Amino acid sequence: MNTAPALIRIAALEKTYPGQALPALQAVDLDVGQGEFLALVGASGCGKSTLLRLMAGLESPTRGSIRLDGAPVTGPGPDRAVVFQDYSLYPWLTVLENVRFCRRLRVHTGEASASQAAAAVERAYALLDVMGLDAVRNHYPNQLSGGMRQRVAIARALMAQPRVLLMDEPFGALDAQTREVMHELILRLFEIERSTIVFVTHDVEEAVYLASRIVILAPHPGRIDGIHVPDLPPPGDRHPDLKLAPALLHWKKIVLDRIRATSGVRHDLDKLERLAELSRRRHAP
Amino acid sequence: MASRLSWWAIRGPMSRGAYLALVGAGFGTFLAAWWGLAAGGLVDPVFLPSPDAVARRAVRWAAQEDLLADLKISIRRVLSGFALAAAMAVPLGVYIGSFRPVQAFFEPLMEFARYLPAVAFVPLVMLWVGIGEAAKVALIFIGTYFQMVLMVSDNVRQVPVAQIEAAQTLGATRGELIALVVFKSALPDILDTLRVTLGWAWTYLVVAELVAANSGLGYAILRAQRFLQTDKIFVGILLIGLLGLLMDQGLRLMHRRAFPWLHTR
Repeated sequence: MNTAPALIRIAALEKTYPGQALPALQAVDLDVGQGEFLALVGASGCGKSTLLRLMAGLESPTRGSIRLDGAPVTGPGPDRAVVFQDYSLYPWLTVLENVRFCRRLRVHTGEASASQAAAAVERAYALLDVMGLDAVRNHYPNQLSGGMRQRVAIARALMAQPRVLLMDEPFGALDAQTREVMHELILRLFEIERSTIVFVTHDVEEAVYLASRIVILAPHPGRIDGIHVPDLPPPGDRHPDLKLAPALLHWKKIVLDRIRATSGVRHDLDKLERLAELSRRRHAP
Repeated sequence: MASRLSWWAIRGPMSRGAYLALVGAGFGTFLAAWWGLAAGGLVDPVFLPSPDAVARRAVRWAAQEDLLADLKISIRRVLSGFALAAAMAVPLGVYIGSFRPVQAFFEPLMEFARYLPAVAFVPLVMLWVGIGEAAKVALIFIGTYFQMVLMVSDNVRQVPVAQIEAAQTLGATRGELIALVVFKSALPDILDTLRVTLGWAWTYLVVAELVAANSGLGYAILRAQRFLQTDKIFVGILLIGLLGLLMDQGLRLMHRRAFPWLHTR
């Protein structure tokens, strides 16, 4: 499946935060292929967000390396745009200005010719159009719903034409219906833009439905538990009906079972059983 | 009855008309109480002149004693001291709030400096810069600058990390982060900080004019005390209150104009 050349190559990666005994991530080896939709899932504390932030260059590794096209990642850069869960839009800019934000930065306008600038304007309007933001382009973010705000955040990231789009639980704060709509939108965008996406989520169904490859991480210390490639249609060919299809449910169960097995929930269930036993004894005649 | 009850709902709604009526009632009660006390002969007018005596004095001051000159000089002193403090405090505050080494170097120092009593600097200021205009400006500066730096750096620290990181992953340089994200994001709060500190600038103006001046509202108050012109003292105090209120409202209006996204829904 993963025959595409590796865009991001992660080798022997370790991240330990100062003052913490256990590494947040340990011995992580992972390749992200060009044009791949990769999901990172796992129980809380497994380091999935940390791994994404390391790829973004927002954190630096304690050991090991991350390379993008062979060049080591040393900090954040315009080839790896991040979509955050919330609070990342600029409230003082309108929707259009937010989307065009990267055009204010030298790195995007440095050697821009007039025709490049014109193309950027066209691209901004095309993105607004695809995202269904045309009617609100002169609104401020606080006038928009949560779903609309995330559309702006995605459009702003895509405007920079990154090599890879890193998404950190981008739909985590949205209600279920809005999330459904966003799933379709992101799949269509993935197809149109031929992007590479790395997507962190705690929603297993979302991960299986969207991604072509799923990385399960385990906590304490954070590490890769396994990598799964569900035999589902390619992301571009998926439709909402798939969410109820046996193949998807099958993979959802496999992933969920692994997450449960690694999360320590079993341990909690044992405690609950002990509590239930005490309660039974109290109520016994 | 239901509407009466809802008045006492915590943070309950209220119509604009009712609100304004209560504002009027608040001022009206205060004036009536003052007038009642003064007119009833309960209090000697030397201690408490009546509102109409104060109003008459205000007119006389304006017509015969060059109130306008006093106003002008006082306003100019407040604004120069305040502008100087703001021009020096905002950049430093932005850097303290953005960079840990700058914070380590300056913030504890500023925390210490803000507890130095500005009023006690009066003799020093007179020694250093004399008793001219510079002395008043310097005292207002000392009284407002350190607080302003600390408040601005706090405003800057409130900028959401996600806003900064999003710009970083779009390729912003450090300078662009400061100019296009951090400063812009903190600006409404910085303006609020300036609005609050402008009030303090007025306090230090009066202090400066009470101890070392021969013009201005504060000086007029001091001189009125020597001649037992209590009504003039009242006029001076009320005028300073009024000017402070006007400037405050002006800055609020500026806030609305400059930051429309905070006032739209």
